[in-house]
Amino acid sequence: MAALVVFLPLLAAAIAGFFGRVIGDRGSQIVTCGALVLSAIFGILVFHQIMGQSAPQVETLATWISAGGVDVAWSLRLDTLSGVMILVVTIVSSMVHIYSIGYMAHDHSIPRFMSYLSLFTFFMLMLVTANDFVQMFFGWEGVGLASYLLIGFWYDRDTADAAAIKAFVVNRVGDFGFALGIFAVFVLFGSLDFGTVFGKAPAETHEVLNFLGWQVPALTLCCILLFVGAMGKSAQLGLHTWLPDAMEGPTPVSALIHAATMVTAGVYMVCRLSPMFEYAPGALAVVGVIGGTTCMFAATIGMAQNDIKRVIAYSTCSQLGYMFFAAGVSAYGAAMFHLFTHAFFKALLFLGAGSVIHAMSGEQDMRRMGGMWKKIPITYVLMWIGSLSLAGIPPFAGFFSKDSILAAAWASETAVGRYSYCLGTFTAFLTAFYSWRLIIMTFHGHSRADHETQHHIHESPWVMLSPLFVLAAGAIFAGWLADDFFVGADRTEFWKNAILVLPYDDSIAHAVHNSLFIDYLPLAAGLTGILLAYLCYMWRPGIPVAAAKQFRALYLFLLNKWYFDELYDRLFVRSAFSLGDGLWKTGDGMVIDGLGPDGISAATRELAREASKLQTGYVYHYAFAMLIGVVALITWYLVPR
Amino acid sequence: MNHWPLLSLVTFLPLVGVGFIMTTRGDAEIVARNAKNIALSTSVIVFLLSLLLWVYFDPSTAAFQFVEKARWVKIGGFEVNYHMGIDGISLFFVLLSTLLTPICVLASWQSIHSQVREYMIAFLVLETLMVGMFCALDFIVFYVFFEGVLIPMFLIIGIWGHSNRVYAAFKFFLYTLLGSVLMLLAIIAVYYQTGSTDIETALHYSFPFALQKWLFLAFLASFAVKVPMWPVHTWLPDAHVEAPTAGSVILAGVLLKMGGYGFVRFSLPMFPLASHYFTPLMFALSAIAVIYTSLVALAQTNMKKLIAYSSIAHMGFVTMGIFAVTSEAVQGAVIQMLSHGLVSGALFLCVGVLYDRMHNYDIARYGGLVERMPAYGFVFMAFTLASVGLPGTSGFVGEFLILLGTFRVSTLECFLAATAMFLGAAYMLYLYRRVVFGTITRDDLRNILDLSAREKAVFVPLLLLVLWMGVYPSSFLGPIRASVDNLVQQVGAAEAGQHASAE
Repeated sequence: MAALVVFLPLLAAAIAGFFGRVIGDRGSQIVTCGALVLSAIFGILVFHQIMGQSAPQVETLATWISAGGVDVAWSLRLDTLSGVMILVVTIVSSMVHIYSIGYMAHDHSIPRFMSYLSLFTFFMLMLVTANDFVQMFFGWEGVGLASYLLIGFWYDRDTADAAAIKAFVVNRVGDFGFALGIFAVFVLFGSLDFGTVFGKAPAETHEVLNFLGWQVPALTLCCILLFVGAMGKSAQLGLHTWLPDAMEGPTPVSALIHAATMVTAGVYMVCRLSPMFEYAPGALAVVGVIGGTTCMFAATIGMAQNDIKRVIAYSTCSQLGYMFFAAGVSAYGAAMFHLFTHAFFKALLFLGAGSVIHAMSGEQDMRRMGGMWKKIPITYVLMWIGSLSLAGIPPFAGFFSKDSILAAAWASETAVGRYSYCLGTFTAFLTAFYSWRLIIMTFHGHSRADHETQHHIHESPWVMLSPLFVLAAGAIFAGWLADDFFVGADRTEFWKNAILVLPYDDSIAHAVHNSLFIDYLPLAAGLTGILLAYLCYMWRPGIPVAAAKQFRALYLFLLNKWYFDELYDRLFVRSAFSLGDGLWKTGDGMVIDGLGPDGISAATRELAREASKLQTGYVYHYAFAMLIGVVALITWYLVPR
Repeated sequence: MNHWPLLSLVTFLPLVGVGFIMTTRGDAEIVARNAKNIALSTSVIVFLLSLLLWVYFDPSTAAFQFVEKARWVKIGGFEVNYHMGIDGISLFFVLLSTLLTPICVLASWQSIHSQVREYMIAFLVLETLMVGMFCALDFIVFYVFFEGVLIPMFLIIGIWGHSNRVYAAFKFFLYTLLGSVLMLLAIIAVYYQTGSTDIETALHYSFPFALQKWLFLAFLASFAVKVPMWPVHTWLPDAHVEAPTAGSVILAGVLLKMGGYGFVRFSLPMFPLASHYFTPLMFALSAIAVIYTSLVALAQTNMKKLIAYSSIAHMGFVTMGIFAVTSEAVQGAVIQMLSHGLVSGALFLCVGVLYDRMHNYDIARYGGLVERMPAYGFVFMAFTLASVGLPGTSGFVGEFLILLGTFRVSTLECFLAATAMFLGAAYMLYLYRRVVFGTITRDDLRNILDLSAREKAVFVPLLLLVLWMGVYPSSFLGPIRASVDNLVQQVGAAEAGQHASAE
């Protein structure tokens, strides 16, 4: 049955992709949506089955690569961790598929779009059910491919093509680390199978490895290299630049890939590899610091953006930061919990934003929106639900998960934990602020759209709204329903041995000793953020304008996303092109060819030409040469030696 | 089955086709059509026949199989045998050659207009020489085939190539010949050392270390040009740009593999100590090749040149894997060579499709093709991804095994070469974007036709093979394994022996 969950989307993708013209738009929608709904139903059944079993179950499908010491199989690993991911992926994906019927109704290549979406789902499921590093890498690269194809879906737009390449290449930089991590794991453990590696990890804590000439702790090295991969996929500080640009893709893609599922793969990876990370405290600290920093950094940028999707994209980046620092303090349960709730409310927010964009005839700039709430009330309410959940207001889902992360971070009593707690709490304030900034700019005040667009504003059709209700239900209830299982009383029973937490690291357990102040500070920060947003954008609209003028440098810094794009462009992109050009024209052209083949042939020709000049054809030249020869010869003999 | 001289059949059957083509008479059009049909059917039969090699191949042994041996020349003590045989390393190179030949014939169906008869003859002769080269177990036989390959290829570039073809043909010929001459000297030295020109004898002979170094360098001169390794690679972009499509396919698909094959077949087992001694050099050249040519590829404006440079980068992986001398890396190198043969061959075919229509290789000349050519867009994307090494394609298996095996030997080398993961993605996707994505801006592209049935027939088998190798590489790794493991052990034993004697 698990195989059905995974391969139904592949089958659907193949049918819609290769026979899209035969079965038509409607046919491909039916095939892909049908397959995905089936897959989701089976996914729920599989999850139920996993809950009943006591140990991870591995279904081996076929051998893959077997050479030397490498022995890798195609297989499906079913335990709580993959179960939760199957649940999230299949449910959100099927909702997004259905939503796309409405959202993409006017597009002229519907079969291609549906095929890509299903293909993505297949790769994502392969990723989460992997039983070894290589299959995980397969899924990892596969979702990257699907992401590339979908970002560049509207290939006639230059910006979309550029964003697609950027996403793929930046991700590949991360994968470069991932791949090196896999090699290091293989050298250290002699195997790439999760079970074997996890079993051996405790014994290898003190091994060292020579890496690029330095002797480094082997396990920490493995974990950090693998984490570089996670940073790429999950858009963490430094490798985040692709995610905002990825919003060039159609909105359902942003919801599914760039919010709910693919970008969380990095978090999933760290949780999956908890039996390794737990024995590499140095690597965990790196995860925590990067996560904490990203969470704050992305939120600050989100405050200044004007494109509705970009605000939510930076918000995603920031929320992923929360998940990472949760993992960094060994609160893997909390990280997965936030991943779970975030999938619902962030997909809801994105699809809601899609509904707004749909209503606005494609307009994404919030400065040209406003005053829409009466015209699209259902979308408005849904956006409120998503935002309340995102801001961590009880009893919405985000409250439970964010709360458990921050509590665990404080309770871990490490410097990294404290650092993350402080930034995370400040970010809770920023999150609430930019969320309500978005709501107010989009739905309240005077409409700033042109007359034509205003006239067209309409509520989305039911095929788009009904998936939103499902996601909204998740955004409301997923928190208190799942709290006990993920991080509460039933958590050991729930996770079994899918994640490993060493007893003295168990920050979730330690969190019960937190003071009330620590527990409620994030909530207070969130409420303050909402109030401040109302103050700035509803009641005193002059404040943000004045603030932007007063702190112009800071505003530009945030508006331009900390100038990361400009920096990378100068540092890497342009220098790579000019270096390539130089190596080609100077290196190959002048040096190698110039000294090598062309040089030799030119020299030969030159020599021949010079030599041929001797043959002038004048007798007196030859006579003169002979005379000189004779003189030279005689001199040779006469000179005494 | 073993009573049949299967290898000789596969090797020389194309010459029978040549005989038939020579008998064709009539006006030019009929001759051309008959020549094409004969060439196609001959090469298909040869391919089917060569599949028997795979079927009857015994993957459990590292020994040579399908061996044929007959006296050829005997002058005094000097004796040359016609000695043929294949092991796990050469098996798939034979198949690669026999597969690519019919594909080349099919790809040239409409793009060659002048002297079609001679063109087809050149390809069939080339097939004989390539297959013979991979099967030869006697140095003289090997050398004859190895050098012979140059002649038809020289003609194919020089006669049916594009505007600057003569320069490219001579550059190609002289570059390679210069290297081969040194190899000939080395072969003579090997003969005086071992007293025989038999390859099997030489493979088990232990040469003194000082001699190994010189012989290694002499063989290197020949193989490095063929691979091509940096800095003797500059003939390749020129040769590719000027060669007709099918010429590029064979050049990239098989001829480059002759260098890599030579390293695995001769350099490693015959000169294990010298190989070990020169590993830092080989690693350095490989890493430079990967990074240098990837960057150069990024700056290209000519499609064919770009893919030619990407070939050099991919072959850099191969040389790196070979000289890492771990079981994973060497198997990876063999797989990578096969994969590169299919993928770069297919990429050149993709470029050829456009050249046939527009007669231009300039990237800037194109853009927005996917609108008119969805099938072409799909095929080109699939091979682009295989070239980038996406898991699930053949490119991944080779690259992965090579890097994995190299990491154990040198993390630095692995680190440097792995940069190709994003550099490769950058130049290939950038190419794809400029050619296939975007909007059509030029009027003459608005009526460009999508792939024809014949073109699809060329791409489909390649695509299926690339996926097969990517998803279930065991079919290929199985026969390769025993031979490579044996080779790696042999080299390891030689090194251990040297250590022991030094102490």
